[in-house]
Amino acid sequence: MIPAPFEYCRPTSVEEALGMLGEGGEDAKLLAGGHSLLPLMKLRLAAPSLLVDIGRLRELSYVRDAGDALRIGALTRHRDVETDPLVAEHAPLLAHVAGQVGDPQVRHRGTIGGSIAHGDPASDLPAAALALGATFEVVGPGGSKRSIAAGDFFQGFLETSLAPGEILTEIVVPKATGAGWSFQKFNRRAQDWAIVGVAAVRNGSTGIGLVNMGSVPLRATAVEEALAGGASVEEAAAHAADGLAPPADLNASPEYRAHLARVLVRRALEEASSRHG
Amino acid sequence: MEVSMTVNGSPRTDSVEPRLLLVHYLREVAGLTGTNIGCDTSSCGACTVLVDGESVKSCTMLALQADGAEITTIEGLADGDELHPMQEAFREHHGLQCGYCTPGMVMAAVSLLKEIPDPTEAQVREGLEGNLCRCTGYHNIVQAILAAAKAPARAAS
Amino acid sequence: MTAVEAAPRAGGVLGTRLRRREDPALLTGEARFVADLQVPGTLHAAFARSSVAHARIAAVDLSVARSMPGVVAAYSGADLSDEWSPLPCAWPVTADMKSPVHLPLAVGKVNYVGDALAVVVATSEYAARDAADAVVVDYEPLPAVVDLEDALSDRVVIHEDLGTNSSYTWELNPDQGAVDSAFAAAAHVVSARYVQQRLIPAAMEPRGVLVVPQPFGGDYTIYSATQIPHILKVMLALTAGVEETRLRVVAPSVGGGFGSKLNVYAEEVAALVLARKLRAPVRWVEERSEGAQSTIQGRGQVQHIELAAAADGRVTAVRVRLIADMGAYLQLVTPGVPLLGAFLYSGVYDVPAYSFSCTAVFTNKTPTDAYRGAGRPEATYAIERAMDALAAEVGVEPVEIRRRNFIPPEAFPYSSVAGLVYDSGNFVGALDKAVGLAGYEQLRADQARRREAGDRVQLGIGVSSYFEMCGLAPSRVLASLNYSAGGWEAATVRVLPTGKVQVVTGTAPHGQGHETSWAMIAADRLGISPEDVDVLHSDTAIAPYGMDTYGSRSLAVGGTAVHLATERVLDKARSIAAHQLEVAEEDLDYAAGAFSVRGTPEKAMPLAGIAFEAFTAHNLPEGMEPNLEASTHWDPPNFTFPFGTHIAVVEVDTETGAVRLVRYIAVDDCGNQVNPLIVEGQIHGGIVQGAAQALWEDAAYDADGNLLSASLMDYLVPSAAEVPSFETGSTVTPSPTNPLGVKGVGEAGTIGSAPAVLNAVVDALSPFGVPDITMPATPERVWRAIREAQEARK
Repeated sequence: MIPAPFEYCRPTSVEEALGMLGEGGEDAKLLAGGHSLLPLMKLRLAAPSLLVDIGRLRELSYVRDAGDALRIGALTRHRDVETDPLVAEHAPLLAHVAGQVGDPQVRHRGTIGGSIAHGDPASDLPAAALALGATFEVVGPGGSKRSIAAGDFFQGFLETSLAPGEILTEIVVPKATGAGWSFQKFNRRAQDWAIVGVAAVRNGSTGIGLVNMGSVPLRATAVEEALAGGASVEEAAAHAADGLAPPADLNASPEYRAHLARVLVRRALEEASSRHG
Repeated sequence: MEVSMTVNGSPRTDSVEPRLLLVHYLREVAGLTGTNIGCDTSSCGACTVLVDGESVKSCTMLALQADGAEITTIEGLADGDELHPMQEAFREHHGLQCGYCTPGMVMAAVSLLKEIPDPTEAQVREGLEGNLCRCTGYHNIVQAILAAAKAPARAAS
Repeated sequence: MTAVEAAPRAGGVLGTRLRRREDPALLTGEARFVADLQVPGTLHAAFARSSVAHARIAAVDLSVARSMPGVVAAYSGADLSDEWSPLPCAWPVTADMKSPVHLPLAVGKVNYVGDALAVVVATSEYAARDAADAVVVDYEPLPAVVDLEDALSDRVVIHEDLGTNSSYTWELNPDQGAVDSAFAAAAHVVSARYVQQRLIPAAMEPRGVLVVPQPFGGDYTIYSATQIPHILKVMLALTAGVEETRLRVVAPSVGGGFGSKLNVYAEEVAALVLARKLRAPVRWVEERSEGAQSTIQGRGQVQHIELAAAADGRVTAVRVRLIADMGAYLQLVTPGVPLLGAFLYSGVYDVPAYSFSCTAVFTNKTPTDAYRGAGRPEATYAIERAMDALAAEVGVEPVEIRRRNFIPPEAFPYSSVAGLVYDSGNFVGALDKAVGLAGYEQLRADQARRREAGDRVQLGIGVSSYFEMCGLAPSRVLASLNYSAGGWEAATVRVLPTGKVQVVTGTAPHGQGHETSWAMIAADRLGISPEDVDVLHSDTAIAPYGMDTYGSRSLAVGGTAVHLATERVLDKARSIAAHQLEVAEEDLDYAAGAFSVRGTPEKAMPLAGIAFEAFTAHNLPEGMEPNLEASTHWDPPNFTFPFGTHIAVVEVDTETGAVRLVRYIAVDDCGNQVNPLIVEGQIHGGIVQGAAQALWEDAAYDADGNLLSASLMDYLVPSAAEVPSFETGSTVTPSPTNPLGVKGVGEAGTIGSAPAVLNAVVDALSPFGVPDITMPATPERVWRAIREAQEARK
């Protein structure tokens, strides 16, 4: 399978990228590592008229210590997030999840920003971002900047609150140094998308992100609230699928996904508690 | 559009259609047919090559994205008539049968040992999660990689 | 007969772990698969395929496709209907079998998603694909027939001219009365229904074909990713109407087959016809998702099996009723696949009464055909699952129920109730060895401990004692089954003037290492180094005769042919040596590549010298033809019957239903082993393919006939991360059927492993009272089975 024809340009700065994206109009798409977009293009499920390749904007590939948070450039590759010492120290959940995305080849090319901006409910990193309470920095036409909380970012199936012409530039992750954490990824083959995944951080309060439990990456709010209200792990986990409409596919029915979510949330909370510094 | 890269040590510049995938560039433009195509969904890993020393599925990358990169394909692994230690280990341990997944499997293995020079069996198996083989049942592939890791000549080099 | 360890024969090369000569080219990218071949001026074909399972074609509009850049031609099925005959089915299993017309491009109607209906030819692959996507088809949809039992009802008849969806009913019923009385008198009866899901063979190399014409010579060279260059040549001559003498078929490096390349495909015929029409080389290379629909699939059966047994668990009768899914058309050997299993439902057991019947049905799905094991994995699965059910019914261990029923070693050759004569076997020997390797008692103790503790993760232990018939096959037996070809194999061995040896074989290896093994067979007999033996194959211009590679036949038939041709060469060499040394042939010894006179070893002639004498022909025995070469066409007197016992150990997470294969022990007996390294490799790969049927793979269709698992993202071929290393052992019970004493090993692993793994899963769940899980045992199915069993107990 091969993509439909398209135009291609490769800006050398974020400013230039914004300009090219603006000129390209609605059918223009950003290309980072390409590991979310190119597979869709090969299947002809996406056919952008213009690809703006920002893959080598090294200015967007970094991990920085910003006091109470880590600032991670959107074009930082999964492999680099996985092995970064700052991430390992202050957001070990994120390092671990980055190491669970796809397979090694995917992790050598795919980027954290590309994965989040794609907004795939089956993707691992959005759930981690939700659990960690991350914020996304965005620049728009003319260099306008805004911050979007992870909880406000995912709007619909493969839809985010990124407006046309905007670029996700940075992921800001509050430090969770010493926090308990767990990532439970349930799949049938190691390389597959999660059938259900659960990312959890316990650091006084608890953040839980769910993979593949709806049309968008989700936060397990019912569980978080139950815990905040004093429920036991066991009791809280029973609410993991409350109000959710998980998808049906070859691997799982909605009913089974709901069951898995309850089991995996419980396991995640147990593991996070056991890891709690 | 024009694209320049170094393939197996030789620099080259070609004019390509933007949508040309790296794997087709390598096979049809550069004439290096050792890199195989086994699927169309980035699942099988048969097309794995090294881009700047790291394993990448060349079916999920545009040739233009490799502009300026150093590419190593299976053809670039042996040193003259001398097989690379990883190739040698695959042969010694019967880590291939039909040989179609083999170039991608070998490149993935070379990349794996760069990252984990002395892996456990579990690490080897997980490290190969993106490469499918239909013949060997993986047993001998895993043995070959474990042996290569122990070989005196560093198989990751 | 006793089980003995495989051991290299003193001084010989047979039985040694020689490294493969095939490997350097494959490891360096020098090997050439079809898609690697580059011929100047090649045109690329791409097919437009049906997107619906069942419909009348109201119109095919090629106008847009024809106008696209790079497009040279575009044709519908109607445009080319004068260019070809229907695709062949070579196995009309019954005289009244119904077989629909199967044209390379559908005309008037499409019958499965993926049915090719138009072809575009362009100057590049990208242009051809773009244009094929631009073919516009106007369908008048018809209801799709997907379910086998629904197909039998003829609610919707797919091929109206046939009047029914049933292709044939085939029965093997040697003594109905004996079966009836056994069931009437049975102390225990086990009755089970098993579903063999459809599988996608998924050889890593997709199919491909390149046809290079010589427009003014009228000759065509067809390069195809095929297991059967010889059969393909004959069939292409017949279907495309080209004289056979004008066709040369070459299978270059072929990246696995597993039966999927044992066929005559629409694309091969079309490429030949297009090359003829356009007078240019034409190439087509399959895409994976395209191949999931257009390459044959395997299995696809509903099995009803019943066992009658005495109070002690001795099986007294086996009764089997199958429904077999043919798919939309009959490909080369589609109808015969269930028959290859028909003789094996009594397994390794001494069963006195047997009855089998199979009804084959058409469905609106991709045609099925032979996939690794072809009928035999299905049969083995049914009997081995049923034996576990019987063990539970009788209240004995799975190992014990097998011991009580095995055909004893001293009973061979054994005439089976199904009418075959089993060559040799020591089933208890293989079982004992596997049980020992597994540490079976310890495993059971660990299992008991986990059960007692109510562990979330339970242990399951599954045993499968399989055997199979391979070495396909005695031609006369094939005739009795209405198979349209023979089962012989050809070989030529020639010693060249410089003493180097060429072996020409009719087998067509695609991963099996024949170049290495055949060289070993010839070298061993000639007492020379395998490095001095070259093996030529897979090109009908070089190896004109052959029956190709499938059905674990190559060693038992093709390898034996090489051995026999080598013997003939030696006979001729002996005559020449006797003539030149002026002694009687009986006075010559042959060792280490030279004849010497017994008692006067300094009077000797090396093989190379004899070959040169044969080449110059200056001094040969009166009437002898020049050159040192001999050929054979070996037709085996019987099948061969490999066997073994496999033990799978799984962990089942009873909360999520996840199954993890943690250990796998395999003891296989394929008779004498030419190269144990290759034997083990075949077993390893086979184990994973069988385990994959048990746990992961499923060519699932929706109710409208859409294939839901058409990519390797959804069709779960396991990776290294999903399987453990294997613990293998072997016993050696030589086959008396051929002089090498070999049996064949290509399919054994697959045949043994699916039932072993499923038995392990069900064993893990036995405390919950789960009687069966349908393959693949997905986490959701396991979870549901546990939940339903728990609810049923409330």
